[in-house]
Amino acid sequence: MKRLTPYLLILPGGMWLLIFLVVPMVFMASVSTQEGDIVNGFVQTFNVSVYGEALAQYRTQFLRSVGYGLVATVVSVAMAYPMAYWIAFRGGARKSTYLLLVLLPFFVSFVLRTISWKFLLADDGLLLSPLKSTGLLPDDFHILQTTTAVIGGLVYNYLPFMILPIYVALERVDPRVIEAAQDLYASKREAFAKIVLPLSLPGVFAGVLMTFVPMTADYVNAGILGGPANTMIGNIIQIEYLTNQDYPVASALSFTLMAAMLIGIFAYARALGTENVLEAAAR
Amino acid sequence: MTEIQAGTEGAAGAAATAPAPDSPPVPAIELAGVVKEYLAHGEVVQAVKGITMTISEGEFFSLLGPSGCGKTTTMRMIAGFEDPSRGTVRLHGQDVTDVPPNKRDVNMVFQSYALFPHMNVWENVAFGLRRKKVAAAEIKRRVGEMLEIVDLTGREKRRPREMSGGQQQRVALARALVNNPRALLLDEPLGALDLKLRQAMQIELKRIQREVGITFVYVTHDQSEALTMSDRIAVMNDGLVEQLAAPREIYERPATAFVAGFIGTSNLLGGTVDRVASGCAVLRAGDEGRILVAGDAHRAGDDVTVTVRPEKITISAEEPGGEVSAVRGTVSEVVYLGLYNSYAVRLADGAEITVFQQNALDSTSTAERGEAVWLSWQPRHSYAIGS
Repeated sequence: MKRLTPYLLILPGGMWLLIFLVVPMVFMASVSTQEGDIVNGFVQTFNVSVYGEALAQYRTQFLRSVGYGLVATVVSVAMAYPMAYWIAFRGGARKSTYLLLVLLPFFVSFVLRTISWKFLLADDGLLLSPLKSTGLLPDDFHILQTTTAVIGGLVYNYLPFMILPIYVALERVDPRVIEAAQDLYASKREAFAKIVLPLSLPGVFAGVLMTFVPMTADYVNAGILGGPANTMIGNIIQIEYLTNQDYPVASALSFTLMAAMLIGIFAYARALGTENVLEAAAR
Repeated sequence: MTEIQAGTEGAAGAAATAPAPDSPPVPAIELAGVVKEYLAHGEVVQAVKGITMTISEGEFFSLLGPSGCGKTTTMRMIAGFEDPSRGTVRLHGQDVTDVPPNKRDVNMVFQSYALFPHMNVWENVAFGLRRKKVAAAEIKRRVGEMLEIVDLTGREKRRPREMSGGQQQRVALARALVNNPRALLLDEPLGALDLKLRQAMQIELKRIQREVGITFVYVTHDQSEALTMSDRIAVMNDGLVEQLAAPREIYERPATAFVAGFIGTSNLLGGTVDRVASGCAVLRAGDEGRILVAGDAHRAGDDVTVTVRPEKITISAEEPGGEVSAVRGTVSEVVYLGLYNSYAVRLADGAEITVFQQNALDSTSTAERGEAVWLSWQPRHSYAIGS
């Protein structure tokens, strides 16, 4: 019984993943190589050419998604790091209040929040119409349906997932270690660069993983805040599944996206794995 | 854990940077009227209530006191991590009150070592020299020498978490000493080590201090540690220095009841001076007892409190004769402690006196529980203290 305990502990989660992740993925892989249509049904023909065709057709959206994901990730790090730093080192007794504020948006549904941004930022909405009527902005100025709007929406929606892991990493840095660096002739700037930053990099690493992947695959922000020129691969997959009902193409695109992400993340982990980063920082 | 093996090269290197012998003797560290206040829950709290003291060059100086007495705050003000609310801190004659820690020529060994977890031993030790932009070849030489002194040669590539507490302690020491600081500040550096290792490290620290010849300021709440290692001790309580003296003086002649109670085991007795005769004040203690206090500081009728160390007291069945203090009591507890027996003797007035009797070959001086005994000691071992 004692020897079985660890396995019993992972059983519920393992079963969950098996049923709701592995099974659908196998099913999706199978669908991606089928041919046919929704009326006459799909038949398994092991047709792999659909991958090349779908990729060629939607190359622009693919690259755009990765580009948006990268830019949004960089912007998120730039915004999240100072916030996490401030909460961890200057938050004092109110740390948990500030963390709650960071998490507060989660109390409202993701889609609902994005839709309310659409109202706020609309061409004649609450923000822009007074500015336009007073002549501060030209009449044809708009925010929605631009790349900025989509990336802004991505950053807004995923920022807490970047703040939290960075905060946790910074919170674990022993303040006496920072004092030790200052005692050993490091200026405040050097103490940050040589001690705080390297020790918080695992948090940045985790934050990037937790935001880059869902941001690249996101379709809500592009769908609600973006225009036809901002379509991301997530939107294409959605359209292929739900509108065109071309299941093989949608499955092939999903699989390609997943594979690309996995390869990208492994490359990222290898290049910037925490150990390597720390080695470099120690010099 | 083995003891640290000495390497004399490092000591010679450190001594070479000591100030020229013909320069006038400037105290290593001076605190003048230093006060530290901070705001806690809207109230001003004084952690340090006004300390003035001078620590000489090359001295092993201890700040001793219970937790919350202000000793760590005092040290942090010397290091520059806390700004004094009032008063001046001078290092080698230079006012450093407003100088940040990275610009002060003192280094600190932190209580929990505060090693850099992402750096290996070599990088930890080289950190300060690299910040000071010392040439790479010299860093290599000095770090190598220092690691030899603390017996960590061959462990350069280890990370702190892969090392034992004693080894981490030595890395922390090396990391501070490699910079040849003018003074080394140590904040309870042995607190996390087990007893045996702590005792070995006490001797090692003392040896290293002698070899490198720099001022050590040592913060501890462990009185035996302070007595073992220090040239002088400042006993602190409640933000003030109660007594500043050599260990022997502090032990033998405690200035206050707090010092007497905090250092070692000490018996407090009180009485009114009955008469002054032949250089002794005689206090009446109970119906039959007397306490003799050497010196002529007391007049008949004075109320005096004296301390007597447990090892100065002799137990006997018969009333002792001669010019000695003698009080009568009943043995309430006997504890065998190997080297000596510890007796608790209750006096008629209810006071309990602790007595240590060394276990000699003949056991004539032993007493049983419940036995009525006389306690006696020499007049010079009664030490009158301020209340």
